[in-house]
Amino acid sequence: MREKVKLKTTNSKNAKTGNNNDVGIISQKLPFKRRFHGYIMKGFIFFCVAFAVSLILFLIGYIFYRGLPHVTFSMLTSTPSLLRGTVGILPNLLYTVYIIFTTLIISLPIGIGAAVYLNEYATNRRLVRIIEFTIETLAGIPSIIYGLVGFLIFVRMMGGATILSGSMTLSILVLPTVVRTTQEALKTVPISYREGSVALGATKWYSIRTIILPSSLDGIVSGVILAIGRMVAESAALLFTAGAGHALITNYFAALQTGGRPLTVALYFYATEPGQWGDVSSTDVAFAIAAVLIIIVLVLNFLTKLLKRKLKKI
Amino acid sequence: MNIITAKDLNLYYGSFQALKNITMDISAQNITAFIGPSGCGKSTFIRTLNRMNDLIPDVRITGDVTFLGENIYDKSVDATLLRKRVGMVFQAPNPFPMSIYDNIAYGPRIYGTKKRILLDEIVEKSLRDAAIWDEAKDRLKKSALSLSGGQQQRLCIARALAMQPEVLLMDEPTSALDPISTTKIEELVMELKKKYSIVIVTHNMQQAARISDYTAFFLLGELLENNNTNAIFSNPKDKRTEDYITGRFG
Repeated sequence: MREKVKLKTTNSKNAKTGNNNDVGIISQKLPFKRRFHGYIMKGFIFFCVAFAVSLILFLIGYIFYRGLPHVTFSMLTSTPSLLRGTVGILPNLLYTVYIIFTTLIISLPIGIGAAVYLNEYATNRRLVRIIEFTIETLAGIPSIIYGLVGFLIFVRMMGGATILSGSMTLSILVLPTVVRTTQEALKTVPISYREGSVALGATKWYSIRTIILPSSLDGIVSGVILAIGRMVAESAALLFTAGAGHALITNYFAALQTGGRPLTVALYFYATEPGQWGDVSSTDVAFAIAAVLIIIVLVLNFLTKLLKRKLKKI
Repeated sequence: MNIITAKDLNLYYGSFQALKNITMDISAQNITAFIGPSGCGKSTFIRTLNRMNDLIPDVRITGDVTFLGENIYDKSVDATLLRKRVGMVFQAPNPFPMSIYDNIAYGPRIYGTKKRILLDEIVEKSLRDAAIWDEAKDRLKKSALSLSGGQQQRLCIARALAMQPEVLLMDEPTSALDPISTTKIEELVMELKKKYSIVIVTHNMQQAARISDYTAFFLLGELLENNNTNAIFSNPKDKRTEDYITGRFG
């Protein structure tokens, strides 16, 4: 009974303000104009998402459609040879692997070291902010500029574009990614771990080595995989700095001192230089390389998620 | 005998003075309780006793703290060696994300104890001393994070005991625990005072009255009164101490 009375009073109030629906305060319908506005916005946002997703799906689909038929066993395992009419990308794959490996060797110690310093050791807040700002800026610089700087410094230093000079250039390019992701990972380690360790008489370095780095490993590893993704995908910075050879060099140390096209650079050359290799054209090879690159990046992304979950469980 | 003595100790966080002219003796093989309202400086003071404030940037300290006759703020003192001898247990249990065994062995390993037999012995002894051996002995290889909150705190006490410290600092060790775990920790602390000198910060005045031999009352960074516990609770000299322990402010 009481409720009815209440309803009546609210209704009469609504009548005065112009909102005369026969229901309670919160169960009444919004005015048409506001509902309409909501529908429009919802529809627009849905359209945006659908557009973005379908664009990506189309892109991947088209590259796979054009490229996958040419990704054959012989292409993945042979070298380009006009004499034999083969157009293998094995050397390019190997160069990409060499570059990833070398870049990791150079950039991981420096990047993780810098992050540990910024997070654990640095006491001058202003200095830290300046360094962090610089790193952010580095991350935003177009990669062709890294290529130019690498060309002017590392290539000249080596006396020619080599896998090593390319890796050095790439190291600088991925350094911001490594530093930032490691810093984020270190920030997730509770302060109580540091206190607990130090209170037992551990030095700072001992705490970092035994508690802080191990318990932020999942974040660091996913940052490293992210960085590998960038290395696989990078082309502009390597165009001037890694050289253009495509001979098969299985000796890693010999490869460091010779120039070689990694996959992305090879893609660029195949796409811009028309040619025919037996029954496949250069464009076909370019699409095949694109498909291989996309598969690598997808696998890396999947691996990041998997490792993150696996390492978190400990 | 006094194991720690503070003299004219001032501590500043930046420009804020958190401790004002603290002078006090801490007696060996006894339990000393620090009480006082939030923000009175009792936690800050206990952290000056093993130099944990070194971890906080912008902290400035004047005055002396001597541990067994040595000034711990002297330039020649290595804070890590000090902390080995002055152990600490924190407000929230903070076991490391590793096995129970590795948690206890962590401290001894810092100082190079590697032999399995030796470590086994230290782990068992420490866990027994912290009254958690019976609960932990069958799961030493399990993660320490699988223990309950009260068990984790006793584990942290065991971890501190594994270093065989002379002093054990406890910063509100029971404030995150349920009443049963609290009782267990209190019994443990009373047992431990036979071997160790204990300083405990507490918000709980009954706890201070129940377990401590000496009580120090802090207010706004000053040490207002420091006496044996019976005297403080039955016959406080300062009006403000009386007001606090009778619950007129908190």
